[in-house]
Amino acid sequence: MPSEALVQLLLPLLLLVATYFTGNAIERRHFAKLRARENASRRFLTVNFPYVPPDAEVAATDLVTGSVVISVDYFKRFLAGLRMLFGGRVKSYEPLLDRARREALMRMKENAFRRGFHAVTNVRLETARIGSSSGNNQGTAAIEILAYGTALKLARRPLTRFASRTNTIINATRPQTHSFSFRNHPHLGSFEGPPTTKLTSLALRSG
Amino acid sequence: MIVSNTENVPGKTIIEFYGVVTGSTVRAKHIGRDIMAGFKNIVGGELTGYTELLMEARQEAMTRMLNQAQSIGANAVVNIRFTTSSVAQGAAELFAYGTAVKVD
Repeated sequence: MPSEALVQLLLPLLLLVATYFTGNAIERRHFAKLRARENASRRFLTVNFPYVPPDAEVAATDLVTGSVVISVDYFKRFLAGLRMLFGGRVKSYEPLLDRARREALMRMKENAFRRGFHAVTNVRLETARIGSSSGNNQGTAAIEILAYGTALKLARRPLTRFASRTNTIINATRPQTHSFSFRNHPHLGSFEGPPTTKLTSLALRSG
Repeated sequence: MIVSNTENVPGKTIIEFYGVVTGSTVRAKHIGRDIMAGFKNIVGGELTGYTELLMEARQEAMTRMLNQAQSIGANAVVNIRFTTSSVAQGAAELFAYGTAVKVD
C-alpha cells in the first residue's frame, strides 16, 4: 500500500521537523533561566573540596542534594545517530549534559539556601544513565545527574579571606573575602548571609 | 543523626569509629511514569517523574544506611558517597555508603 509507506516515512520526518523547533526552544529557555539563577547565586560559597573557613563558627551541617533526569529530543538523537557513523564530537549531546549538571548544582544550592544554610563544601557530581525500557539498547533514554555536598550554617561571618590555600594567584590580584549571599534570585529573592562578626570579637581574635 | 560527605563533621571532633555502613535499594520504573517519560523522550527535557522516583529511592537507601549506623551506636555518618548502577533492563540500584562515627 503506497499510503502506508507514506505514513511510515512522513511521521518520522514530521517528528524531526517539530522537535527541531521545540527542542531548541526548550533548550534556549532552560539556559536563560539557568543563567539568571546562577548569577543570583554567584556569591554563595560552593567548593568541591572539604573547606571550612578556618575561623568560622559552624552552627549546623547537613547533607544537601540536587538531582535532575533529563533526556534529549528526537531530532538531536537523530543527529547523534548520524554522528555515530563517522565518529567525532557529538555536539548535539553536549548542551544536554552541560545544562543537566548546572541544573543539578543549582538545585543543590537552592535547597541549601532554602533550608537556611550559608555555604556548601565538598561538592560531588554523579552521572548515571537510565536505560531505555524497550529492550533494545539503542539511544540513550535519559541521564540522571546528582549533585551533593555538605551544607554549613555559620553563626557569624568569618574574618579570613577565602582562597588562601589554593588560589594564591586570584588572591594576589584581587583579595576575596568570604561571601554567602543570594542576589535577585527569580524565585528566592536576596539574602545576605550570616551576621557580620562584632568588633569586640575582632579585637579578641587579633590579640 | 548528623550526615556529611566531608571526612569529619565541620565544627565537631570524631571520638569513635564504627566502620563502613551501607544502604541500597533497587527500583524499577512505574508503567504510568514510563509512558509519560516515553513521550518526553521525543520532545526532550526533564523527566520529572524519574527525578522524583530516583530522589525517593536515594532517600530510602540513605535511611537504611542511617538505621544501620544507629543500630551500632553511632550518632553521625561521614564521608558519604552515592553510586547508581543499572542492574537489569528498566531497573536501577541506588547505593549509599559512609563511615559511621561518634562525634562529641
